[in-house]
Amino acid sequence: MAEIIQEEKGKGGKKRPKKGNPHMDMTPMVDLMCLLLTFFMLVGAFNKPKVMEIVLPEKIKKNEKVDPPKIADSRTLNIILGPNDKVFWYPGKPEAGMPLQVTDFSATGIREVLLDRNRALFKKIEQFQQDVITGKLNIKQDSLANAIKQLKKDDDTGPIVLIKFYKTAKYKNFVDIIDEMSIVGIARYILVDINWIEQGMVEAALKGQTQTAAAPLTQK
Amino acid sequence: MPKIKMPTKSPHIDMTPMVDLFSLLLTFFMLTSVFTPQEPAPVDTPFSVSEKPKPDANIMTVVMSSDNRVFFNVDNGQDTILHFRPKILQEMGKRYNIEFTPQELRKFEKYGSSFGVSIHDMKKFLAATDTKDREVFEKGIPHDSVDNQFGYWVLYTRQINPAVQALIKGDSNVEYPLVKKVLDVLQDYNVNRFSLVTNLEAVKVELTDAKK
Repeated sequence: MAEIIQEEKGKGGKKRPKKGNPHMDMTPMVDLMCLLLTFFMLVGAFNKPKVMEIVLPEKIKKNEKVDPPKIADSRTLNIILGPNDKVFWYPGKPEAGMPLQVTDFSATGIREVLLDRNRALFKKIEQFQQDVITGKLNIKQDSLANAIKQLKKDDDTGPIVLIKFYKTAKYKNFVDIIDEMSIVGIARYILVDINWIEQGMVEAALKGQTQTAAAPLTQK
Repeated sequence: MPKIKMPTKSPHIDMTPMVDLFSLLLTFFMLTSVFTPQEPAPVDTPFSVSEKPKPDANIMTVVMSSDNRVFFNVDNGQDTILHFRPKILQEMGKRYNIEFTPQELRKFEKYGSSFGVSIHDMKKFLAATDTKDREVFEKGIPHDSVDNQFGYWVLYTRQINPAVQALIKGDSNVEYPLVKKVLDVLQDYNVNRFSLVTNLEAVKVELTDAKK
């Protein structure tokens, strides 16, 4: 490819001694190629966005009357996403003046709360995946997802999570909380509109926090 | 004693096979890499643990930028034989009594990135030659109940291509009321399954965490 073969002219003239075939210096070309290759490899590797699927229940039409599904209070966990990445939660039914628990999106925050309540199902799923990895169970990759779905469907001890949004919540929180559901393996969760009782609870909680934060300053 | 003169030879390595291999790999990566067209607004997507890759074809993307504008995009992937984009624009034009010329339809088909233009500005938008001229019209697609153009885009996209999947690509800092609004409009047009575009972030939860 790169060797240039010298044509020898046999006719006439003195035969000059061969000086060895001249090598073309390919180093710059190789340098450039290396660079381009690295560029395209990295572009190809990092340019893959991922998607997270969610399915929402069909909207109830205005002239249609459907009773809301009844769920047990003991299993409900309400999560309200507030401003500044704060997460408020309380179990059961809302009551005026009930204090909200405040936590965040860190590993010891809302995940611990959810994991604590979803322990049975989480263990089941984990055990199942362990069995598949170690070869105790012989299942194909695509039926694995179905089997886990079935496990989630059969679960009747885990929490039913109602996710609500305070008006200043961000899209990031929305993605984070749904992500958290899939990490912990919550079987049942739903996005619900916030009601006025909860709005008041969040506002009270926010006010309480700013007061406690301001208190040490005023004492000085 | 005379020194023995070693023949001086410049140490050349034959790089030909290396170059061959490099050019092969280079060609491969160049051909396989797909360049995403530039978005009209910067969107910083949130992170999730999902490992499902973004589909390439039959998608419609709703883009929400951090300044609460809504953009829309119909990607029929690599497939240009089906010509979804001009058909959808034509339907939109019929709805709002705007006649689009074949040139404008072709221009719309070639315009690969998402658009945030009111249908009334679409003619001027397509006539604009560079991004700076276009920017003036990118005010976001109207999506309120008075003038729900976004809803009609969704409706006609689903009519023209029933296999379309809805993708939502939002900036991390988009306020929730807009997210709610967009989800509501999509649900009004019977789209109940969404894919949220995210970046991958690895999180590992161990069984030991649960035993605590």
